[in-house]
Amino acid sequence: MATTWDAIVIGGGHNGLVNAAYLARAGRKVLVCERRPRVGGAAVTEEIFPGFKFSMFSYVVSLLRPEIIRDLELPKHGLHILPLESTLTPMENGDYLASWPDHDDTRRELMRHSPRDAEAYDEYGRLMHHMAHAVRPILAMTPPDPTSLDPRDLLTLAKLGGHMRGLGAEQFHALFKLMTMSAADFLDEWFETDVLKATKSASGIIGTFLGPRSPGSAYVLLHHYMGELDGVFRAWGFAKGGTGSVSESIAGAARRLGATIRTDAGVTKVLIADGRARGVVLESGEEILARTVVSGLDPRRTFMELVGEEALPEEFSADIRRFKFRGSSAKVNLALDALPSFTCLPGFGPHLRGAMSISPSMDYVERAYDDAKHGEFSRQPYMDIEIPSLIDPGMAPPGKHVMSIFVQYAPYAVRGGWTDAKREALGDAVVNALARFAPNIKDIILHRQVLTPLDIERITGLTEGNIFSGELALHQLFFLRPAPGYAKYRSPVKGLYQCGSGTHPGGGIMGASGRLAAMAILEDHA
Amino acid sequence: MTLKTTPFHARTAPLCVSQAWRRWAGHVVASSYEMVHEREYHAIRSSAALFDVSPLYKYSITGKDAERLLDRVVTRNVAKQKIGQVLYTPWCDADGKIIDDGTVSRLAEREFRLTSADPNIRWLHLNAAGLDVRIADVTEPLAALSLQGPNAREILTQAVEGDVASLKFFRLTQGSVRGTPIGISRTGYTGDLGYELWMDAAKALPVWDAIMGAGEAYGIVPCGMLALDMARIEAGLMLLEVDYVSAHHALIERQKSSPFEMNLAWTVDLAKPWFVGQGALRAEVDRGVEWKFVGLDIDWNALERLYDAVRLPPKLPLAAWRVSVPIFAFGRQVGYATSGCWSPLLKKYIALAHVPARFAALGTELEMEVTVEHFRRRALARVVKTPFFDPERKRA
Repeated sequence: MATTWDAIVIGGGHNGLVNAAYLARAGRKVLVCERRPRVGGAAVTEEIFPGFKFSMFSYVVSLLRPEIIRDLELPKHGLHILPLESTLTPMENGDYLASWPDHDDTRRELMRHSPRDAEAYDEYGRLMHHMAHAVRPILAMTPPDPTSLDPRDLLTLAKLGGHMRGLGAEQFHALFKLMTMSAADFLDEWFETDVLKATKSASGIIGTFLGPRSPGSAYVLLHHYMGELDGVFRAWGFAKGGTGSVSESIAGAARRLGATIRTDAGVTKVLIADGRARGVVLESGEEILARTVVSGLDPRRTFMELVGEEALPEEFSADIRRFKFRGSSAKVNLALDALPSFTCLPGFGPHLRGAMSISPSMDYVERAYDDAKHGEFSRQPYMDIEIPSLIDPGMAPPGKHVMSIFVQYAPYAVRGGWTDAKREALGDAVVNALARFAPNIKDIILHRQVLTPLDIERITGLTEGNIFSGELALHQLFFLRPAPGYAKYRSPVKGLYQCGSGTHPGGGIMGASGRLAAMAILEDHA
Repeated sequence: MTLKTTPFHARTAPLCVSQAWRRWAGHVVASSYEMVHEREYHAIRSSAALFDVSPLYKYSITGKDAERLLDRVVTRNVAKQKIGQVLYTPWCDADGKIIDDGTVSRLAEREFRLTSADPNIRWLHLNAAGLDVRIADVTEPLAALSLQGPNAREILTQAVEGDVASLKFFRLTQGSVRGTPIGISRTGYTGDLGYELWMDAAKALPVWDAIMGAGEAYGIVPCGMLALDMARIEAGLMLLEVDYVSAHHALIERQKSSPFEMNLAWTVDLAKPWFVGQGALRAEVDRGVEWKFVGLDIDWNALERLYDAVRLPPKLPLAAWRVSVPIFAFGRQVGYATSGCWSPLLKKYIALAHVPARFAALGTELEMEVTVEHFRRRALARVVKTPFFDPERKRA
């Protein structure tokens, strides 16, 4: 007789691990099944070239929930979040825009471009602070169903309403604008410096299939301020050892709490009998039974592949089929022999320790989107660049460096499909686009890894290479993530739960879905 | 009058872009080099940090009776100290109250170095009556650097000729940097893997350059006192005139502390033949120690609730504080915290506090005063083990 588990978590991504840790913490006997040889999903550190380590996919820790850090004692298990404090945007005319850890420095820098914007920046920051404070509790909340009359839903809605009312008229109106406008339009109301708007809006389009001028792209501007609200807590930054160390720390906590983690144990099927999940079948054919099955995979993989439409209500299947992925980003990882030198700020400087944003103008970023709209990767993409070895020297051999380049746009459904030649063409476009601002880049590259959305899908399993397990678009958020009526981590199959970024509140190394799903499970099996 | 600069000033001054300097024993040293000290702090725990600790008081104690003098003064057993060993120790007045604390290094059979936070030459002389010993203040001629952090060993191995790799915790050795002889001790004030380097002040700059040069590829960051203060709190290490008042400075009896009251029982060798304060300390043990120095972990949820009431996210200072903060039990003030900080590494708000012995057991739930928007509130604070942070690499 095979061992029966209280719960099997499919997928050892960070949310799956968080879920397992919380279930184990509540005394449940939990097994995590991870297909790859290492845990982490898209939050993995891999030594792609000897001596050079990369946060292969996800590269910064954003909004990792403080309650998770505390509850699971992640620092004890090796989590160390290092500050990533500056942003440099090189401009086409040889100038640049930077933001620095010191407020005076940043203000003086902005004044160089526009004294008016330098003042507006603080006021804008204050407004965003208020809105972020009002909206933030949503991240820690199981989405209420606004069409339900269940007292718990009504209570949560009432609480939410209270939060919104607390904003006051000016802030509430701004919040409404933020939820509906494009990032470009919203920022136009505040600032006149084009490169400032381009850089701010670019952070809002990461991972989406929207351009900065697409309606609905503004609300992600809030995310940055949600990070700031944490103040000293700083759940935003660069994880020492790369994002894999975040996953490892959660796995460490889960193991210590009693969870079992199996790697090289891909799940091919959720066992269902009498409308109830009974366990899983592994690639090896091994069947493992459990009272509860939790999937950290994205909704399409979970329901279309592991469950199968035959076990699902037609309406739900249709919703999942319609759930949009449309991976839009690629990743280029470079091993460098030396540091890049930017034309706008030659040589070494503190700017190299922060983010470097290739978003010289609003038109540049919008044009990058235009290419994607028509099925091509951006000839001149928006790029978010870091040199992790300057923050954590352990990432590269002494004196050498690693560079992480997040690239947008690279549509999954590129015209003609992704081929090896097209992958290298994308890599060339990225290096060429960077070389316009840092001409020595071509001379210092030792190795280059290009990961298209198709590669991301193949390696991590994320459908269409969408880094958020499904687009973070307004129609796929909160009580609609992933489908109406099933946003509370449960599913049409009894005993089958969802805990990945395909559920509220979605992507980024946040862990909130994993935790909220564990709470839902524990509520059902109190 | 002007403040003195240290032998490294020619290097530290241009690096100190923040112009944030502070006084240390009559010298100027950097509070933080950068505008914000956060990166300096993280370097201590993540890569390597270089501190200029030259203002430390340093005494060379040599001669036939050097061992006897030190054994009379300090609470630890110097007779058992091996050559090449470093002892951390407090020393007391006749009432068993701490005067100062520091390290005793045994450089040779009859040669020691004592470091301290305050001047101690008079005290040493007073206790040297009738002994064959030479006491020299070497504070000025001896420059000192502290290299702390997980990459410290790697950097020193490259920058220094000498056996750094096998140097054990609280041991010292001799080496050289570009021909300049230096003393290397595996000590520090951060509770991390780290070393302190002792050298001729006149030849100090090439040593700084060599360490910084070798450290570049290992993420070395010159680091000021703001970051050090956070690290020493995480390490649970006390600071003179902050966490306790020297028995030589205290104006009233209750300002003084005994080693037992400072969580330093492990440094007191009551069994050794004789030392200043021994009788009083024996009596204190018999009577029972009244006060304890404990670590507190201030509950984040409690802070969040307090701030939530004024519709703000919790707001804590970025730097460590060094003021007296009331500690409560059952609604009444029973003690006081003297140092505290947000630990960016541990993601905890921690403090060091004096509490009556009956409230010192691990897990005891107390309250600490926090000022939320000008109003005094109290947040749950649990007694926890110190050091708050104690990595294996410190001793490994």
